[in-house]
Amino acid sequence: MRRRPKHQIPTKYILLSMTALCILAMYVSFSLNLGGGPLNSIAGAIFEPMQKGINYAGTWLSDKADNLKNLNDVMEENEQLKGQVEELTNELNTLKLEQYELDNLRELLALDQQYSDYKKTGANVIGKDPGNWFSIFTIDKGSKDGIEVDMNVIAGNGLVGIVIDVGPHYAKVRSVIDDSAKVYGMILNTSDNCIINGNLQSMNEDQVIEFSGLNDSENKVQIGDQIVTSNVSDKYLQGILVGYVSSISEDSNHLTKSGTITPAVDFEHLQQVLVILDKKETGSD
Amino acid sequence: MRRKITVTLIIIVCFLLQSTLFKALSFASISPNLLIVVCASFGFMRGRKEGIFIGFFSGLLIDIFFGEMIGFYALLYMYAGFLNGCFKKMFYPDDIKLPMLLIAGSDLSYNLFIYFFRFLFRKQFAIGYYMLHIIIPELVYTLLISVVLYFIILKINQRLERIEKRSAAKFV
Repeated sequence: MRRRPKHQIPTKYILLSMTALCILAMYVSFSLNLGGGPLNSIAGAIFEPMQKGINYAGTWLSDKADNLKNLNDVMEENEQLKGQVEELTNELNTLKLEQYELDNLRELLALDQQYSDYKKTGANVIGKDPGNWFSIFTIDKGSKDGIEVDMNVIAGNGLVGIVIDVGPHYAKVRSVIDDSAKVYGMILNTSDNCIINGNLQSMNEDQVIEFSGLNDSENKVQIGDQIVTSNVSDKYLQGILVGYVSSISEDSNHLTKSGTITPAVDFEHLQQVLVILDKKETGSD
Repeated sequence: MRRKITVTLIIIVCFLLQSTLFKALSFASISPNLLIVVCASFGFMRGRKEGIFIGFFSGLLIDIFFGEMIGFYALLYMYAGFLNGCFKKMFYPDDIKLPMLLIAGSDLSYNLFIYFFRFLFRKQFAIGYYMLHIIIPELVYTLLISVVLYFIILKINQRLERIEKRSAAKFV
């Protein structure tokens, strides 16, 4: 074995210089609010297709597994259902009337109408934060598809989060349930503002996030009220549903209230999201 | 060169699996940390220097795709690789206790550091809760996975070393 001692740099110097490099990078990206820059483009080009592929295969497999499992259930159910058909035909007539009413009400509630003035684009979730502390995920659309930092992300019927970094063909989204996420919210009925912050602990235990600082002196806010994004928020567009009040209590200062919100979105099974291409005009720039 | 390509492939595969497949396979929203297994095992198998570089690049990947600032996870993984590298002299391939202990220690301290820097600084004081519901479950899950993953990495490393020895012998 040949040894070339003059090319060997001692390990401690490597460690020190790499540490300095990391700290410098942290400082730069934190203070200047920069993302990865060119790193984003390079890494994105390599990894994004692979993540997509794995997800595609994964969804296909779980679909197949579901199909097999369902087949047995379906056979059993078929017998039962045949008996029920007659019984239900009788009820059907009454239900038709109610159905008509329900349809009307649903149409009124349809959130798509509420958001229809915004331009949106659909995207798939391709990867989730590998650790267990934060709820950051990546989607398969990036700056080439017109996505920019601070755009709002929704899914089906509620707010998912906000874009915090973009690469050419992917974007990082921080969800509202992330422990470090903060959103200005507003109770829809009373227009009272509050601060919504994600919480890992309450999300793990009861699938809820917290709100605080609600000014509700007349005790009008009730459990089940809708909370939407507030008009005073500087990054979130107004009126996007965040969730429903699930508990409420008075703070020790007797002035404000805090409590928990059940998010409107099922974050556990998030696959498709919509990115709102309009950003909130704040007049700051 | 062969080693570099192989290691890069291992990191890429683990990163991809960790951010996609194992997120889908998570129990109680806890998923295992494959990259720490990779960093730790290469650390104590190959020494400090390789530990540093493997850790740095695995961490950088997480930083780019899921981190809020570049460099944080790179730093954590780098030190995991480095500190495990210090145990190279005590490492024997036949012994499973030390590797498991080191991997467990790495995962534990990795998560404690994340808690300390990213949660405690935001006044989330419930360390008991995080310990019981995040750190320990992840530790157990990671150890279960690492029983398999560690042997795969060990075998790959032994094969690489055999090839390297053979080609080094040719030159002498």
